[in-house]
Amino acid sequence: MPDVLPTDVSDVEFKKWVAEKWGYKKLPMAGSTPAGTAKFFRTGDWAAKQPRLIVENCTSCYKCYFYCPDSAITMVAGEDGKAHPEFDMFYCKGCGVCAYECPGRKGEKAIIMEDLK
Amino acid sequence: MSKIAVTGDDAIAQAAKLVNPDVVAAYPITPQTIIVERFSDFVANGEVDTEFVCVESEHSAMSACIGASTAGGRVFTSSASAGLMLMFEIVQIASSSRTPIVCAIANRAISGPINIHGEQTDQLLFRDSGWISQFAETNQEAYDQTIMAFKIGEHPEVLLPVAVGIDGFILSHAIEGVEPVTKELVSDFLGGERKSTLRLDPDNPVSIGLLHLQDYYMEARAQVRDAQQRSKQIIIDTFKDWQKLTGREYNPIESYQIDDADYAFVTMGSGAGNARTAVDELRANGEKVGLIKVRVYRPWFGNEFSTLTKNIKGIISVERAHSFGSPGGILGQDVKSTLFDAKQTPYIAEYCYGLGGRDCLVKEWTEIYNRSIQGFNEGENLPYFWWGVRE
Amino acid sequence: MIINIIDIRLHGRGGQGVMTSSYLIAEAALLEDKHVHAFPTFGPERSGAPIAAFARISDEKFYMKTEVYEPDIVIVQDPSLLSQIDVTAGLQQGGLILINTNDPNKADVQAVKQKRPDVKLATVDASKIAKEEIGLAVTNTAILGALCKVTDNKIIKLEVLETAIKNRFKGKGAISDKNIKAINRSYSEVSI
Repeated sequence: MPDVLPTDVSDVEFKKWVAEKWGYKKLPMAGSTPAGTAKFFRTGDWAAKQPRLIVENCTSCYKCYFYCPDSAITMVAGEDGKAHPEFDMFYCKGCGVCAYECPGRKGEKAIIMEDLK
Repeated sequence: MSKIAVTGDDAIAQAAKLVNPDVVAAYPITPQTIIVERFSDFVANGEVDTEFVCVESEHSAMSACIGASTAGGRVFTSSASAGLMLMFEIVQIASSSRTPIVCAIANRAISGPINIHGEQTDQLLFRDSGWISQFAETNQEAYDQTIMAFKIGEHPEVLLPVAVGIDGFILSHAIEGVEPVTKELVSDFLGGERKSTLRLDPDNPVSIGLLHLQDYYMEARAQVRDAQQRSKQIIIDTFKDWQKLTGREYNPIESYQIDDADYAFVTMGSGAGNARTAVDELRANGEKVGLIKVRVYRPWFGNEFSTLTKNIKGIISVERAHSFGSPGGILGQDVKSTLFDAKQTPYIAEYCYGLGGRDCLVKEWTEIYNRSIQGFNEGENLPYFWWGVRE
Repeated sequence: MIINIIDIRLHGRGGQGVMTSSYLIAEAALLEDKHVHAFPTFGPERSGAPIAAFARISDEKFYMKTEVYEPDIVIVQDPSLLSQIDVTAGLQQGGLILINTNDPNKADVQAVKQKRPDVKLATVDASKIAKEEIGLAVTNTAILGALCKVTDNKIIKLEVLETAIKNRFKGKGAISDKNIKAINRSYSEVSI
């Protein structure tokens, strides 16, 4: 590990670091790591459930986007020209926060959780 | 420069003013209040460039300090007693995050019963936290040590927070003459702005203070352990640098009349002033007694302590602090464990005194001496004793 | 090496500036390159409660940091304290007590004289001086002029006290001049 942490550490390099058990002399100070390395780790395979969008109930309120703890939701323009959630299953842990928070339309949820097959 | 008349709190505020920290986040508590009160005057008057963060508690104060310090800032705060207790969770994170925050502590008794007066038990709770912990005997020392604390903490070999303690009221509210230094001197001494390689910087993003479990926690703690050890040399060097600039000598462990002494008081903080006076009076009566003053409590300078005590027959360790259920005092445990390794272990008598600001007169120090010597002459260590407590 | 130290104890009530008195003594003594240690004692006091403050002064460097129990000089800023506490407690043989009172013949002042015939007793109507010169019954500066006089300017000189007051009230307009007037009046009006 260099003195100054790199900003553009590669997937392969970082995983190699994690696999090695470093001593305290090599370990970077103050529990620090290069930023953003969580993106190297597939957490999608932790999931037991997955979200499904029911687009006609979506009001484009963005609540799911803000609440997602893993930034696994992006808002993408749909056929109606409005923004709707798209789920990145590489990261989605299936926690269901998006579905829980979804206000839906007239009491009908726009996101529901389904068992993964 | 001619001396200025300042209280201990004021002296620390004036010292912090010369340092001109980037951020001060603090919450008032007696007897520290005047430090941040005075400093907020400096901010309001435009005498410093500091961002003063008015927080809602000490917990937040230390949190804000860590944030500012990890952003690369030079950071100062201050607290005491119950304030430190509330801050204490974050105090630990300051050292593990390697943030060289300087915290002035106007040492005050811990509740309860509630008490606002001088006692060092509050700062001694920093013992195991990874902070560098120092005590001052006079307002001049408080002034100088506050400035030096920044240089010690920010040294790349150290990167640890530093606490500087002054006894509540006895120093914090007492006027003494302090020889000031100039802003230029302080700026040269500190080498300009803080330089920090590890910091939160949008152009070079890193994460600091991440989760360490069974696989890495011990290694992370070992880094702080090593930084504490490395800081010893930095502390000695910094004290020497300061002496070159000001002529005022500082040592981690200091002594008075120790060269030919058979017996020695060991103490910390303002009590050393009374002990010194007692040494003078006892010497006038032919007693061969000296004084060892522990200025830097953490890291513990064991070798320096042993060198000073190698010819001493009996140690009288006297501290304005207590630890319930322990085998002795808090300082006393360090003294004893250091002496255990000595070739010839001296006799030892341990005293707790002056809790909650209770005065201990010079004549009482001589009584403590006489009581201890009597025990030593009978060939005994004296059991831990609370001086001046009524039965 | 035994050092000659002058110990002063001040009695007053919270709000009368007892702490400031002790600080001013220290500030003035420092201007003369003396060594000082001055501090108040605090309990749960607030305005009106009896409080004490201490000042130690010496030509030589000293290290003692205890409270003052055997003062050379006692200053009583509030005459009503005479019947409340023993202001002469521990006062050195042949010491000095300076009392703010509008009538030296009052019973409680005379009682001090009877109790301690060995000490020098001085009185000054600092309250009146303070009211007339400063406009407030805050006697902390006014009484110090009398201290200069009764100690023959040996502990602090009147002109040095003036400088200390100027330093302390720098930038606060006429307050400085008013206080200087007050200390000069108490310097000339004190009676022994």
